[in-house]
Amino acid sequence: MIRASGLTKRYDDFTAVDGIDFEVARGESFGILGPNGAGKSTTMRMIAATLLRTSGDLTILGKDPSKEGPAIRAHLGVVPQQDNNDAELTVRENLYVYGRYFGLPRSYLNPRIDELLAFAQLEDKRDTKIDALSGGMKRRLTIARGLVNDPEILMLDEPTTGLDPQARHILWDRLFRLKEDGATLVVTTHHMDEAEQLCDRLVVMDRGRIVAEGTPASLIREYASKEVVEVRFGSDRNAEIAPLIADIGQRTEVLPDRILIYTETGEESLQAIVARGFAPVTSLVRRSSLEDVFLRLTGRTLEDE
Amino acid sequence: MSLVTRAPVSSPAVDRRAARRGALYVAEYRLRSMWKWRRSIITDGLGNPILYLTSIGLGVGSLVNANLGPTGIDGVPYLVFLAPALITAAAMQGVMNEIMFPTLAGFLWDKGFFAMRATPISGGQIADGLLIAASARIVFTTVVYWFVLLAFGAVGWASAVTLIPVAILAGLSWGAVMLAATANVKDDSGFISLAMRIVIMPMFLFSGTFYPLSTLPLAVQWIGWISPLWHATELGRWLSYGMAMPAWQVAVSVAYLLALGVVGIVVARRRFERRLTT
Repeated sequence: MIRASGLTKRYDDFTAVDGIDFEVARGESFGILGPNGAGKSTTMRMIAATLLRTSGDLTILGKDPSKEGPAIRAHLGVVPQQDNNDAELTVRENLYVYGRYFGLPRSYLNPRIDELLAFAQLEDKRDTKIDALSGGMKRRLTIARGLVNDPEILMLDEPTTGLDPQARHILWDRLFRLKEDGATLVVTTHHMDEAEQLCDRLVVMDRGRIVAEGTPASLIREYASKEVVEVRFGSDRNAEIAPLIADIGQRTEVLPDRILIYTETGEESLQAIVARGFAPVTSLVRRSSLEDVFLRLTGRTLEDE
Repeated sequence: MSLVTRAPVSSPAVDRRAARRGALYVAEYRLRSMWKWRRSIITDGLGNPILYLTSIGLGVGSLVNANLGPTGIDGVPYLVFLAPALITAAAMQGVMNEIMFPTLAGFLWDKGFFAMRATPISGGQIADGLLIAASARIVFTTVVYWFVLLAFGAVGWASAVTLIPVAILAGLSWGAVMLAATANVKDDSGFISLAMRIVIMPMFLFSGTFYPLSTLPLAVQWIGWISPLWHATELGRWLSYGMAMPAWQVAVSVAYLLALGVVGIVVARRRFERRLTT
């Protein structure tokens, strides 16, 4: 469905995307994980055929976006980072108008819009103006809008950023249903839990480059230990204590507010720390996540910048 | 219910047709939005001519007529002299509402153009679609204005086929220019009020609207010469009551309005395209 090699986007003296390679197959749910400014959105816009690449090869649905942009866009569904529905129109009108941009006839759009309203759980909001919707509803409307043309690939840029936990879970549930239906999804996110929920396979981007690629589980296996112990001694003492317990796990990361100890056996490691006479203010033993993978690969947390 | 595995709804032929008609789809959307504002568009369309004709046409006109006697300006009553300028100015003001606000909204406020751009529609087609929809407002404003002028006795029936087209041409031409000008606005704070103060007001006041341009000092007459309002008003006066206008000047004014419109839309298309692909 998508094939990129050496894909590069340069603005004057700034390289936003620096020669990346990846492929996405039909029915796959592909994630691009990285902090803000890693080049995720730029990559998405190049795939969406709304931003021309500087160099490298890019094929979407077998076509070159520099030459056949409109023909590619006709078969993509795009959910941008920022909702951009028309505030003057109702929920239903937004879907209708957007469908018209694809040249779709009324006879197709009317039943299609009913389906999409049901999917987005917005049936009783169909004649409501956008202003009156909650953030989660607006997001679901934008996703429904992205499906109006029955796209071959649905592209979601930070689909749940800025939503409250409940709204995020409703949205993940909807997206998961699409995945079960066989949709090809491309998702960018800087939330590791989102990537773990939605993506079959993902790449980790940092400063315009791909620094790792794999399934969420394989990345965790490769770049992190099985478990993590998080201990806090108070911001002044973390750096001071860290070297004294560094030998307990396989690896230690010192963050401003806590120390992370990567280990196969979390509880035992925690006991070992306490046994040395260091009593943490708070402690937590958890499974490793993509957040840890990212920290390992880039030395920064995802929420940084 | 299946959301993604249904039969494809488009074929290459459908895609190509859709891609060709993009501007019409944008216009269709704009007309739908304008329909939501129909009350204020109608109030503006009717209120504007009635207020101007009553206050300036009749009020100021009675002073002018009393001073100049039966010959008036160009040998016609003041109201007749004023009518072509007012209808043209109304067409130009009306189009600005349908060009500046949607353009700022599309690029800056709700970023709707970026949503359109994710479909087969191109930036140039968005510009075209805006102007097509705005022309509906121009036609509405102009026709309503003309009927009010007729009711006030400021124009004759024959001017329907001459004065109205000139006002529409001026509106379209000015709409294209404003489209190009608004397309590059990155920060809207004050853009509209600045445009009003340094472009629209001087143009309205110094384009021979209320008195012949030749009565102004030469130092400010140039404002009229570059003003599409002046060119359209001159043409309107020539067509409406037979004001003396040499053939070369007719040609220059028509060519000027056409050229502004063509340059405006070409520049606007390019700016829309660039802003939506970088």
